[in-house]
Amino acid sequence: MRAVTEKYIGPTLTLLAIIAIWELAVRLFSLPIWLLPAPSKIYLELGDWWTALPKHIWVTFYETFLGFTAAVILGVILAVIIISSPFLRNTVYPLLVVTQSVPKVALAPILLVWLGINVWPIITVAFLVAFFPMVVNMATGLTLIPPEMLEMSRILRASWWQVLIKVRFPMALPHFFAGVKIAIAFAVIGAVIGEFVGSDSGLGFLILSASARMNTSLGFGAIVILSVLGVGLFGVVAGIERLLSPWYLEEEEGSQL
Amino acid sequence: MIRIHNVTKIFQIKDGEPVTALQDIDLEVGEKEFITIVGPSGCGKSTLLKLVVGLLPLNQGEIYIREDKVTGPYRDVGMVFQQPILMPWRTVMENVLYPIEILRLSGKDYRRTAEELIELTGLRGFDKHKPRQLSGGMQQRVSICRALIYDPLLLLMDEPFGALDAMTREDMGFELLRIWRERMKTILFVTHSISEAVLLADRVVVFTPRPGRIAKVINVKLPRPRDAEMEFSPEFREHVKEIKDLIFSARGAANGAH
Repeated sequence: MRAVTEKYIGPTLTLLAIIAIWELAVRLFSLPIWLLPAPSKIYLELGDWWTALPKHIWVTFYETFLGFTAAVILGVILAVIIISSPFLRNTVYPLLVVTQSVPKVALAPILLVWLGINVWPIITVAFLVAFFPMVVNMATGLTLIPPEMLEMSRILRASWWQVLIKVRFPMALPHFFAGVKIAIAFAVIGAVIGEFVGSDSGLGFLILSASARMNTSLGFGAIVILSVLGVGLFGVVAGIERLLSPWYLEEEEGSQL
Repeated sequence: MIRIHNVTKIFQIKDGEPVTALQDIDLEVGEKEFITIVGPSGCGKSTLLKLVVGLLPLNQGEIYIREDKVTGPYRDVGMVFQQPILMPWRTVMENVLYPIEILRLSGKDYRRTAEELIELTGLRGFDKHKPRQLSGGMQQRVSICRALIYDPLLLLMDEPFGALDAMTREDMGFELLRIWRERMKTILFVTHSISEAVLLADRVVVFTPRPGRIAKVINVKLPRPRDAEMEFSPEFREHVKEIKDLIFSARGAANGAH
């Protein structure tokens, strides 16, 4: 427990110090509020918006969540399909790895044309950016079986399903959760970019409209909330992982006899 | 028990000359016999095991286990590899019972068998441990239990103690002999340790490399039960010398003696 407190105390103090220096610097050099608002001003601005904020937070949250959930489910399914055939493994999988570097968010304006000005293009962008790292991680995890394990299963004439459920899935668990953690972080980014391109609500919309009116305080406020949302969702995923207490986490914590 | 008749295995390597891994192998193994196969690396010892269980197709010849001709993966075989390849998320007991699950047999019926095997291999009290909590030697014992759980006719071991330190290795050898006495199985045991091969076997099959051929099959003249003292007996030293001569003379000929 003491180790945990020590782990968090350093970063927290650093963050508080940065906020204090920010506040002091803005006051000392009397920077105009549209250029860089002081943390206290951001806090007050958010207070003024308190009634309207929950709606925007909710919109961004469910866009993120739907895109993320679809990415995880379809990502796992596609990964299983890819590894099930050597042909797909050799053709589709390398392409997927390459798509990691394609800017999926650049598709947002086109998705708007295809799907109309509503939440669907935004959910789709969130899905797209989260989907690819999810597939690639999962597919990699599913192929990490020692060849002898497969040979042993072949001697027993294990079915493809038995090997998938009993060996491949548990073996892929660390990669699954690594993929899920990237997916949730990326889905938040995807949702915000989607909102930038076309929306009438959400935290991304709020940042864009605040900047247009030179209300930098509100912009920063929305970014702070967005960060809390992102970190919170990541924390939930990490918490679920811990709750399931998979074998590789035990391995990290436990020691050899 | 096993009849290996005129077996040849050729590997077709992509963009290269085909490699003859094994050539004209003839070997008969008796019921409950302990056979070790020794030879330098790359002589096709492990390939022979894979052919016997039907994991690889033959290019020529045939292999029979009892009356069955081996054409595909042969189920009545337990296999132990150089690495224990245990599943880190399963306990010792769950790892041992893995084949039972795959064969869709009743876990309840085999629990007792598993407990007996765990006891027999000296792992008593460790059935709820995870593999990471065990030493390398203990992990390999678990994999031996797993290979024996469904009481196969045949036990194939591919350098099972090769990854262990020298002292553990010798212990494990005698341990295996004790298990073999209790559960008489026919064992094919691949090793590159000449002394291990002599100490364990009824007969030692000596291989020469490229293409892998049987140089000689040696009847080990040591009495059973074996013990560590026998390593100092003249018979033991005679066998070791004979095997060394067979392997090194073949190698010298192949390299064009220096």
